[in-house]
Amino acid sequence: MIEYAAKYGYKLEEAFIRHLQIVGLTLIISIVIAAVVTLIVMRSDKAARITVRMFGAVYAIPSLALFALLIPVTGLGMDTAILVLVVYNQFLLIRNFIAGLNSVDPLVVEAAVGMGMTGRDVLTKVRLPLAFPVMLAGIHLSVISTIGIATIAAVIGAGGIGTILFDGLRTESAVKIAWGTLLAAGLAIAANLILIAIERSVSKKYHYGAESDTKAAVA
Amino acid sequence: MTEILRFEDVVKKFPGADYNAIDHVDLTVDDGEFIAIIGTSGSGKTTLLKMVNRLYEPDQGSIALRGVNIAEKDPVQLRRGIGYVIQQVGLFPHMTVKGNIATVPRILKWDAARIDERVDKLLKLVNLDPDEYRDRFPSQLSGGQQQRVGLARALAVDPVVMLLDEPFGAIDAINRATLQDELMAIHRESRKTYLFVTHDISEAFKLATRILIMHNGKAVQYDTPDAIMRAPAGKFVEELLGKR
Repeated sequence: MIEYAAKYGYKLEEAFIRHLQIVGLTLIISIVIAAVVTLIVMRSDKAARITVRMFGAVYAIPSLALFALLIPVTGLGMDTAILVLVVYNQFLLIRNFIAGLNSVDPLVVEAAVGMGMTGRDVLTKVRLPLAFPVMLAGIHLSVISTIGIATIAAVIGAGGIGTILFDGLRTESAVKIAWGTLLAAGLAIAANLILIAIERSVSKKYHYGAESDTKAAVA
Repeated sequence: MTEILRFEDVVKKFPGADYNAIDHVDLTVDDGEFIAIIGTSGSGKTTLLKMVNRLYEPDQGSIALRGVNIAEKDPVQLRRGIGYVIQQVGLFPHMTVKGNIATVPRILKWDAARIDERVDKLLKLVNLDPDEYRDRFPSQLSGGQQQRVGLARALAVDPVVMLLDEPFGAIDAINRATLQDELMAIHRESRKTYLFVTHDISEAFKLATRILIMHNGKAVQYDTPDAIMRAPAGKFVEELLGKR
């Protein structure tokens, strides 16, 4: 394995960086789209429900099938891969964004409106900060899911870690398969750990000091 | 006394309901009064309160604040001139005590020094030591302390009218009595107009200059505590007083 890495290290590196590119671009695009869609549909419960259900149905389509389906439309390559990954992410992101915004205590929102906040103030100063932990959980899920599904994108020539895996399968090379697995799993685990750390620090900040000083509340 | 609030033939019916939540209410409130609104649940007392800051809009009739129909005002501007306190407090859990109290001053872009000064002054007014409580989060406060902060927040920009919706409803009897005394003192000092919804009759009689008794959306009696005790208007009021 070390031998392979020494000889073809640039290949592994190239695949890994490509993978990161696909995941990174996908996330940026899908978070922006999900945020916009959420802002549009959140005014109506019904619209929100229908939107989540619709993307839920899309999410249920096997990724390989969706990739294949889009080849005639958008061709092979990274663009098609990112398009598919963005569509998949919408379910995870929009569902959590809406759930987060809805989880905010309606009385807190009413107090905010009652004291003279504009609709925008209520959203940016009250609802979004309070919904943030739940929204972040959705982003976490979508990062992990994108890293996984992106390996399959190699089938349509998008590059990434999947290339090494499929190469290994085709040439029956255990070393390639092992490296591909290691990189894909390693990336997912590393991303997961980083995201958990971020969520911890956010939830600590959003713990509203409950932990640091509870005895005062008895007074 | 000058009149500050006037309800004229106000009717509110919620969509899908087959009765009026507020049923042709006429009344006036003078500047500086402390009005307690009592009644059973579903009598319309909270609905009436929420129409003053336009969280609800009347279906008929009008409400005038200082002679101006509130329907003609921008609701956001209107609400900034009205203090609003609710039973479950509604403090923002992600903001400190100071952040909560400073919400409207910050929206109005007061400078930092003025905000600091105002926050400290209000905390002292509600009997919380500013140095001790300024930077705490709501979760680090007891129910009574939270309600004090809610009160301070509502008083932040010196509102002309204060709306209080069962502010002490979830507070134990001992703290409740203390808070009532403090609220009375704050009211006397500020000479602002308070509308105070409660289902606790002794609380209403202790605090109010006038009491409005609501039943099935109607204003059954509206008078001073003494006058109501002397001459209850009808059977419902007698029964209500009997519970005392």
